[in-house]
Amino acid sequence: MQSALSPAGIQASRVLDLWHVTLTVCCIVFAGVLLACMIALLRAPRSNPATPADLGNNERLERGINRSVIAGTVISALLLVGLLVADVITDRALSRLPVDNALHIEVTGFQWWWQARYAPENGGDGFAVANELHVPVGRPVVVSLVAADVIHTFWVPNLHGKKDMIPGQQSSIAFRADRAGVYRGQCAEFCGYEHALMAFSVVADTPSQYAAWAARQRQAAAAPADNIAMHGRDVFLNADCARCHTVRGTPANGTLGPDLTHLASRQTIAAGTFVNNAHNLSAWISNPPALKPGVMMPATRFAPGDLQALVVWLGTLK
Amino acid sequence: MSEHASSSHLNAPGGHGPRPVDGPHASDAARAKLAATWSDPPGFIGALSAINHKTIARRFIVTTFVFFVLGGLLALVMRTQLARPELRLIGPNLYNELFTTHGTTMMFLFAVPVMQAVAAYLVPLMVGARSIAFPRMNAYAYWIFLFGGLLLFASLAVNSAPAAGWFSYVPLSGPDYSPGKGSDIWAQMITFTELSGLLEAIVLITTIFKMRAPGMSLNRMPLFVWATLVTQFMVIFAMPSVMLCSTALILDRLVGTHFYNPAKGGDVLLWQHLFWFFGHPEVYLIFIPPLGFISSIIPTFARRPVFGYPAMVLALIATAFLAFGLWVHHMFATNLPELGKSFFTAASLMIAIPSAIQIFCWIGTLWTGRLNLRTPLLFVLAFFFILVMGGMTGIMVASVPLDLQVHDTYFVVAHLHYVLLGGAVFPLFGAFFYWFPKFAGRMLSERLGRWQFWLFFVGFNVTFFPMHLLGLHGMPRRVWTYPRGLGWENMNFAATIGAWTIALSVLLFIINVVVTLWRGEAAPADPWGAGTLEWSVASPPPPHNFDAIPVVHGRDPMWEPSAQPRFVSGLAADAREVLVTSVLDAKPDHRSWFPSPSIWPFISAVATTVLFIASIYTPWAVVWGSVPVAVAMIGWFWPKRSSNAFAVAREQRP
Repeated sequence: MQSALSPAGIQASRVLDLWHVTLTVCCIVFAGVLLACMIALLRAPRSNPATPADLGNNERLERGINRSVIAGTVISALLLVGLLVADVITDRALSRLPVDNALHIEVTGFQWWWQARYAPENGGDGFAVANELHVPVGRPVVVSLVAADVIHTFWVPNLHGKKDMIPGQQSSIAFRADRAGVYRGQCAEFCGYEHALMAFSVVADTPSQYAAWAARQRQAAAAPADNIAMHGRDVFLNADCARCHTVRGTPANGTLGPDLTHLASRQTIAAGTFVNNAHNLSAWISNPPALKPGVMMPATRFAPGDLQALVVWLGTLK
Repeated sequence: MSEHASSSHLNAPGGHGPRPVDGPHASDAARAKLAATWSDPPGFIGALSAINHKTIARRFIVTTFVFFVLGGLLALVMRTQLARPELRLIGPNLYNELFTTHGTTMMFLFAVPVMQAVAAYLVPLMVGARSIAFPRMNAYAYWIFLFGGLLLFASLAVNSAPAAGWFSYVPLSGPDYSPGKGSDIWAQMITFTELSGLLEAIVLITTIFKMRAPGMSLNRMPLFVWATLVTQFMVIFAMPSVMLCSTALILDRLVGTHFYNPAKGGDVLLWQHLFWFFGHPEVYLIFIPPLGFISSIIPTFARRPVFGYPAMVLALIATAFLAFGLWVHHMFATNLPELGKSFFTAASLMIAIPSAIQIFCWIGTLWTGRLNLRTPLLFVLAFFFILVMGGMTGIMVASVPLDLQVHDTYFVVAHLHYVLLGGAVFPLFGAFFYWFPKFAGRMLSERLGRWQFWLFFVGFNVTFFPMHLLGLHGMPRRVWTYPRGLGWENMNFAATIGAWTIALSVLLFIINVVVTLWRGEAAPADPWGAGTLEWSVASPPPPHNFDAIPVVHGRDPMWEPSAQPRFVSGLAADAREVLVTSVLDAKPDHRSWFPSPSIWPFISAVATTVLFIASIYTPWAVVWGSVPVAVAMIGWFWPKRSSNAFAVAREQRP
């Protein structure tokens, strides 16, 4: 679900209200102009190139048209002022969303994925996730926006409009989800090769579900429960994976790629591109550029048993 | 002073016998001499030396049209890739190169230059002049433009085309994220086209200010000439901004400056300000000349002068001023202060008013006219549907809150194509049909024209209307593919069908032109019964445009009862002599000798091209590359003893 027309939060519904007002005014004006054109076409007599040109209007003022043009111009100006007032009112309402008690998240755009760092709160530590944000319904969220490389744009149309992440600049966006659900977001600023496949999702949970999710995310990864998973973890730590990825609770603490501590709790992989299941995960690990051309993660050749163990272990990171 | 009664007195240089002079009663021999004097030399070298404004403008128009077709073909490949979700006809790399080249081509190699090219053909004819001002510079501007355009397509052909978008935002286009030569080629292509554009602006402004026929005061100029004048002033103020930012980009990339590197105190947003300070006025560089086309076509086919001439002129000027105050509406999603954004919303809404005034005046003209519903008028009527809808969506994207949702989505793709195709390409095709008889001396087929029109109109709406909905349903722009299940499949498929329909309609136009050139009906001087001066000369016009320079007594000289005097006479027929008039009232001021055809503008353009392209590879090219440019320019301006002696012999006391 990724649409500005079905808002799930107060900010997006304010924008949609303004959209309805503007659309109505514009449709009326458009219909008026077309109607005037049609009438002009139907009523004017026909001519050919030999018809003498009518130069009479060079001497006399054409009062009828003159009045209509002035009236049309004045009406247009008044409608535009009306729309301007509606714009400013909406704009102020958007910027005055009460954000006391807000949830603070810092989202960083990378080529081509998203990192989210949740601020510590209520005595709990902060934690990092990737490509899937959870927020509690009814509580405002302030997202600080950071760009790691080029400009990206944070955009979840069901919740709010978009905001750029610009290298060297600070910005933030505030929204509130009022309806539980999963809302898809996507990078809106062209950011290179795989701009098209740089998506993420915002999961709006009930407050209790959210609290449970956050508590789970704060924890380090659980120790492997069986030998296959244990083997998978060793494969992960001995291959190049740990250079880029962090799995809290293991020595892996790379920061170039997504934090995988709770990978299995996410619904998608590769920045919202594929469903997170064992099949996709194993295809992805073997050869990411085949699935998402241009991606920074290199292909890795594993023995079949190693790959299977690795996927099993990743599947335990709930 | 130059009424022909006094002309014999003016042109009797003592001791040299009678010289051939022009005028309404000139002998056939004098006319033939005049045509020979203003002709371009024959042969291959002659073709490279040509400076006649009609020759250069014809080449310019054809070149821009070829770029239009190439840019359209790129769009067709993109639309085919997007026909179904998750298609893999082309990958992201090629797709990004294609949309970058498509946007760059359409904006820099088609839309802006084609308007200057058409103006370079028509303005001298409309204002009653024998030539365009600075004809050699005009030729140089064309060659520079051609070489810049070839550079871009050559880079696409060898798969090193720019891929950072036609807007080339930093840091994506900077040294760290766009390795390879693509972005350098983009920036240097900007240099080529902007140089050409600025030179054309100077040529056109000078022609309009100083070379109008006697009596054509500013308030009698055809509205197309007004639109051109206003546009060229905008070119002069807008284009330096993009040259500045693209030069800073190429410096960042090639010699390690840090204009756009925040880590070293540079600023990423600086690019966006400079680019859009040019980029938004550019939309009006593309949109204002077609307003002039429409103001030429509607009066002719409604058989009356356009209603509200002073209001039309003031609206053009107001649009030009306001166009420079809107650029931030491309940056509403950045972190600029909210109050500042509201100012730009207000300015963006305000610019709708002058456009509305012009639309109302045209409707009033149609309402009280007697209509001749031919193909040129059909294309103009489509403007009322498409451009007005584009204007409405423009009002939407001018609003900060609405723009936050639709910015960088397919909604904006729909909006900009409604504005640019509805506002520029439809009127441009109308203009081609209207002036083709003048350009080529033959009438385009009306039947093929109507087929083309309806295919284009329907295809256009099928392509671009669904994009509004796609944007609202969350589809971002500049994506090489999209996933299933988001409800975007059917609308994308419709858009692709529409794109192929547009391609078919453009193919019909090309067939129409080819068939007409081959065996079309010959055009009389004035096939439409129009009112402006270009229709007073044969189709196509003779090399010297006018046998005798007309004297103008009103806004529609061909429609108004003739008043005396009708012509100026006494300009030399055996030399390139033109009449220069005053800026406001077009009072005859002095006579000036114009340069003859020369190969040097071409050689200078080649030397400049070597300098520009080599500088992509080594900064030292700026040093050694400037030597051949200087040599060629010296050759260009080197005075000849013979032409000096010729001019001195013709000097007379008043």
